[in-house]
Amino acid sequence: MRVSSAAKAISLALSVVWVVGCSSPSTLTEDGDLSSSANGSATTYGAGSGAGMSGSGSGSGMGGSVDVANLQTVFYFDFDTSSVRNDSIADLEAHAQYLATHPQASVRLEGHADERGTREYNMALGERRAQAVERFLAVNGVNGSQVESISFGEEKPAFMGSGEDSLSQNRRVELKYVAR
Amino acid sequence: MIKRLLAGALLLVSALTVRADLVVEITQGVDAPTPVAVVPFGWDGEVLSEDVAKIVSDDLGRSGFFSMMKRESMLSAPRSRDQVFFRDWRISGSDYLVIGRLQPATNGQITATVELYDVLKERQIWVETVNGNSNNLRDVAHYIADQIFQQITGIKGAFSTRIVYVTAEMLGKDKYRYRLQMADSDGARPRTILESKEPILSPTWSKDGSKLAYVSFESTRPSIYVQHLATGQRQRIQSFKGLNGAPAWSPQGDRLALVLSKDGNPEIYILTLATGQLERVTRHYGIDTEPTWAPDGESLLFTSDRGGMPQIYSLHLPTKNLKRITFEGKYNSRGRLTQDGRFLSMVHQDASGFHIAVQDLKTGRLDILTSTGLDESPTIAPNGSIILYATKKGGRGVLAGVSLDGRVRFTMPNTQGDVREPAWSPFLQ
Repeated sequence: MRVSSAAKAISLALSVVWVVGCSSPSTLTEDGDLSSSANGSATTYGAGSGAGMSGSGSGSGMGGSVDVANLQTVFYFDFDTSSVRNDSIADLEAHAQYLATHPQASVRLEGHADERGTREYNMALGERRAQAVERFLAVNGVNGSQVESISFGEEKPAFMGSGEDSLSQNRRVELKYVAR
Repeated sequence: MIKRLLAGALLLVSALTVRADLVVEITQGVDAPTPVAVVPFGWDGEVLSEDVAKIVSDDLGRSGFFSMMKRESMLSAPRSRDQVFFRDWRISGSDYLVIGRLQPATNGQITATVELYDVLKERQIWVETVNGNSNNLRDVAHYIADQIFQQITGIKGAFSTRIVYVTAEMLGKDKYRYRLQMADSDGARPRTILESKEPILSPTWSKDGSKLAYVSFESTRPSIYVQHLATGQRQRIQSFKGLNGAPAWSPQGDRLALVLSKDGNPEIYILTLATGQLERVTRHYGIDTEPTWAPDGESLLFTSDRGGMPQIYSLHLPTKNLKRITFEGKYNSRGRLTQDGRFLSMVHQDASGFHIAVQDLKTGRLDILTSTGLDESPTIAPNGSIILYATKKGGRGVLAGVSLDGRVRFTMPNTQGDVREPAWSPFLQ
């Protein structure tokens, strides 16, 4: 089941990644060198491998039936913990398989905490959560250069408010496919 | 390298005034505050932009040490000693009387002569003439309040100091506006120091009050900046992969303690500003964060969950001797010391939530000062009288204050967005 959902995910994600690639600041020069005006955080892949991804025609990858966007991209955590929950595993494995089979794709993991506790400690907690997801992906075959983690601590709540509902919605890692 | 960022997302403003003053509401004073009357100061010219006597009276009243006589209760408005009838002030219950007069001087200057009287002894305690102009009357007023506060309590006044804080507004889904603001200690004259669509946090003052360090996410990842207040010039000083956070200036002003996770997990580092040299001072797989310096610059206090839950530890830098400081409760974090190093304020969790607590490091006694449940970011006035902190009121982030002994309380309600991350300046020159 997981394999098939991942396979379904793959083809549409290709188009997702390609579209993002169009608007990214990364540009491919004519001699094949990848030059980037971004922060230079993902520079480990060779110049040649990027060409097929962002340089191919507009029809690429459109033949599939599924979307990586149909997978869960927000993963929740229990209070003051950074363990990947059981309800996150299936979809994270699907993302991992997609990334493992598509070394050109990359994701940004944004870790968040709820508002309880101090801000810098929560910044560390958000990073720990992003790293937990990063480790999960690595164990499932994803190359480290495809993943960037960042923590926003409690600074970007998904929901305002102090009820347990919004608190639990705010303890999360958001997985976002990015161009590089 | 000075990095001036003028990107669209970001607006550096040095003098833009945002009319969203924080207003102080005193919610609890001391049991028997000293009654003081500040008589409106005499002035014969055109109406001034500020009511100096009212600012002085409000400053003193906000401290919680005093109960200020209402103007409408005053039987007379003396400008000089010969107009003072002590018997009237005694009968109306005032222990101290402040009178004064403003007079125009050359070059548009204004001089303020202010006198403080002990009503019971019918004796002048203090008199001073202060020079100012129509643009800095609030500074003149805060200075006068500082002098009166010190004359009566023996404690150096801190009304002339400033506070910085962060405001955050959610403008829509995934759309925020963050502002780093600076205001007088009473919340007046707020100015925007930095505006961004991305989070700003952990502002902290240099010891001479001329610079701020803070964390900004404007470059899509957290970076530490140092900004000169006079010029608005700033420098991005740390931007490693991972966390770059919690800057804290050494008492000597030459170093910054900060948190980096470039080696995998959050560790405390000391950055020597002149050389850029970085020294890692903690080594543990747990979270080490929120450093703060002891006044002698020899020790760092920081939060660590190396024992399972966050507690505050002290690291003596010359010997690397590590000592756990907090033991009561399962969550104590983000310590800040009084200038004498004796009292540690922190965020303490108990069954009812996160509160501001203070621990006497001499006796180990811990007192919980607040009863609201989402209190954080304590910052101590340079004279040790008040802890300012962030809390929630009506679902909104506001600043509040409490004296170290818990007897005086006030809140600073705001009308716009959340207010958070206060940092009280040192005494300013």
